[in-house]
Amino acid sequence: MTSKVTKADSGTPMVKAEGVHKSFGPVEVLKGIDLEVKPGEVFCLIGPSGSGKSTFLRCINHLEKVNAGRLYVDGELVGYRQKGDKLYELKDSEVALKRRDIGMVFQRFNLFPHMTALENVMEAPVQVKGVSRAQARERAGQLLERVGLADKAGNYPTQLSGGQQQRVAIARALAMDPKLMLFDEPTSALDPELVGDVLDVMRDLAESGMTMVVVTHEMGFAREVGDSLVFMDEGVVVESGHPRDVLTNPQHERTQSFLSKVL
Amino acid sequence: MTADIDKTAGPESTPPAGPEAIKAIPVRHYGRYISAVAAIAIFVSIVYAFAQGQINWDAIPEYFFDDRILKGVGQTMLLTVLSMVIGIVGGVVLAVMRLSKNPVTSSIAWFYIWFFRGTPVLVQLVVWFNLGLVFEYINLGFVYKDYWSSFMTPLLTALLGLGLNEAAYMAEICRAGLLSVDEGQTEASHALGMSHSKTLRRIVIPQAMRVIVPPTGNEVINMLKTTSLVSVVQFSELFRYAQDIGQSSGAPVEMYFLAAAWYLVLTSVLSVGQYYVERYYARGSSRSLPATPLQKIRANLLSLSNRSGGGAKA
Ligand SMILES: Nc1ncnc2c1ncn2[C@@H]1O[C@H](COP(=O)(O)OP(=O)(O)O)[C@@H](O)[C@H]1O
Ligand SMILES: [Mg+2]
Repeated sequence: MTSKVTKADSGTPMVKAEGVHKSFGPVEVLKGIDLEVKPGEVFCLIGPSGSGKSTFLRCINHLEKVNAGRLYVDGELVGYRQKGDKLYELKDSEVALKRRDIGMVFQRFNLFPHMTALENVMEAPVQVKGVSRAQARERAGQLLERVGLADKAGNYPTQLSGGQQQRVAIARALAMDPKLMLFDEPTSALDPELVGDVLDVMRDLAESGMTMVVVTHEMGFAREVGDSLVFMDEGVVVESGHPRDVLTNPQHERTQSFLSKVL
Repeated sequence: MTADIDKTAGPESTPPAGPEAIKAIPVRHYGRYISAVAAIAIFVSIVYAFAQGQINWDAIPEYFFDDRILKGVGQTMLLTVLSMVIGIVGGVVLAVMRLSKNPVTSSIAWFYIWFFRGTPVLVQLVVWFNLGLVFEYINLGFVYKDYWSSFMTPLLTALLGLGLNEAAYMAEICRAGLLSVDEGQTEASHALGMSHSKTLRRIVIPQAMRVIVPPTGNEVINMLKTTSLVSVVQFSELFRYAQDIGQSSGAPVEMYFLAAAWYLVLTSVLSVGQYYVERYYARGSSRSLPATPLQKIRANLLSLSNRSGGGAKA
C-alpha cells in the first residue's frame, strides 16, 4: 500500500490489518484482510450483508479472536503479546485494559436499560477508570450536551427514541476518551427521519479529529465525511480508495453491482 | 437535518366537543353472580363445620402472642432469611459456574445441582445431623479444631441442610435469569473495558433480577414452610414450639391451627415485600412503573374528593 497522507501522519497507523483470517467453525468469514487506518481518519467499510464487516470490526477490539494474520491497534498487537517469534495470549484483564481506548457503537445501541442516560455514560469511567462519581456526572452531562441530549439525562433508554438512544451510546463510548471509535451500522436500526441526528453527531466527531472506523450503508455520509473507503465482499477487500473515487467510479464489477443496488 | 427532533405537538389536547358520550346497557354477567353465591355458600358451610367441631377456639388467641410462639416466629424468620441468603449467593455462584466456559467448573456445578436436587431435603438434614459418624473432628488447621458434634450446632445443621439444598434450586433460577439478558449487554460492557466480574455485577445481574425475583419469591415462601422440618435436627422454631405447647396445654390441634395462622401472616408479609422488590428491578423496563397499592389508594381518594368537590361547586 502506498501512503497517500490525508490528515495527520504520525507514522504508526491506528489500525493495521495484515492477512487477517477469522473462521466460525468450518466457515471462513474473513479470508485475509489487509488494510490500514491512519490516525485522525474516517475510514468507511461498506459491503453486502454477511460479508464480514461486523466480524472485522469486532476483531479490532478483540470481541472476536483472529485465527491467522496480524492485527495492530496503535502499533500494538491485538489480543496477543509477541516475544521473539512466539505469541502469548493476553489475560482478560490486559484485553480489558486495551479496550478502554477503543469506543464501540452498535447497530442495536445496547444501552444498559436499567440505567438512565446519564448513568449509562457515567458507568465505565466510574467502574473502569475509578473516576469519582461527581466528576463522572459532570463529564457525562457535558457529553450528553454535546450529542444534543442534555435534557434527556434522567431518561431510561426505553423512554428515548432510537436516534436518541444511539446518541447516548456515542456519548457513553466517548466518556472513556477513546483514541479510536468503531461504528457498526450505527443508523441501520433507525427510522429514516432519525438518521440525520446521529450522522450529525458523527460528523462533528470526525471534525474534532477522532479516528473512526465506520461500517455503514449511508453512502452520502461516506462520501462527505469519509477519508478512505473499503468495499468488502465474502471476507475479502475487493476495492479501496478515496470514497469519492470508489463510489463514483468503482473499478470492480462486484463493487459496481453492489453500489447499483444501494445507491 | 437538525440536531434537535422536537416532535410537533400531536393532536389537539382539548377533548372534542362533538359527539355525545355513549350510554349503553352493559352486558350482564349472570355466571359471576351464580358462582359468587355458590362460593360464599361453600365457604360459610366450611366455617360453620369448623365452628361446630370439637375445637377449643379460645386457645388460639390465648397463645397467639405467647413468648414461646413469638420466639418460634423469630427463629423461623431467622432460619428462612439465612438459608435464603446461603441459597441465593450459592445459586448465583453455581449459575455462573454452570455457564462458565471452563469444563471443570461447569461440571462441578452440574454435579452439585444433580445431587442436591435429587435427594429430599429431609434426608439431607438428617445426614448433616449425623455427619459426626463420618468426621469425628473438624480441623481447619490452626484456625479451628473441635469435635464435629460440638461444632455442628442445630442452627448450623439446619442452615447447611436448607441453604445448600436451596442453592441447587436457586442455581437454575439464576441461570435462567442470566440467560435472559441480551448478549449485546455483555458485549457493550466488555467493549467499554469492564471486566467479566464487573460486567456480571453491574450489568448482567441487575437485569437478570427481573426474571429471578418472581420465582425467588416463591422459593422464599417455600423455604419459610420448609423450616418446619428442622425439628429433626433439634432446632426449635415456630412449628416445634407450637407442638410443644400443644402437648403441655392439652390443645394440640388448636396449636396447629395457630401455627398455620402464623405461617399465613408471614407469607403474606413476604408477598408484599416481593411486590416492592419486583418493582425496584423493573425500573427502566417499561415506560411507566405500575402504581404501588398505596399510590393507587391515594389516587382513588383524590379522584373521589375531586369528583365530590366538583359536584359541590356545580
Ligand atoms: N458468532 C458467530 N458464529 C457463527 N457464525 C457467525 C458468527 N458471527 C457471524 N457469523 C457469520 O459470519 C458471516 C459474516 O457476518 P458479519 O460479520 O456479521 O457480516 P456483516 O456485518 O458484513 O453483515 C455471516 O455469514 C454470519 O452468519
Ligand atoms: Mg453487520
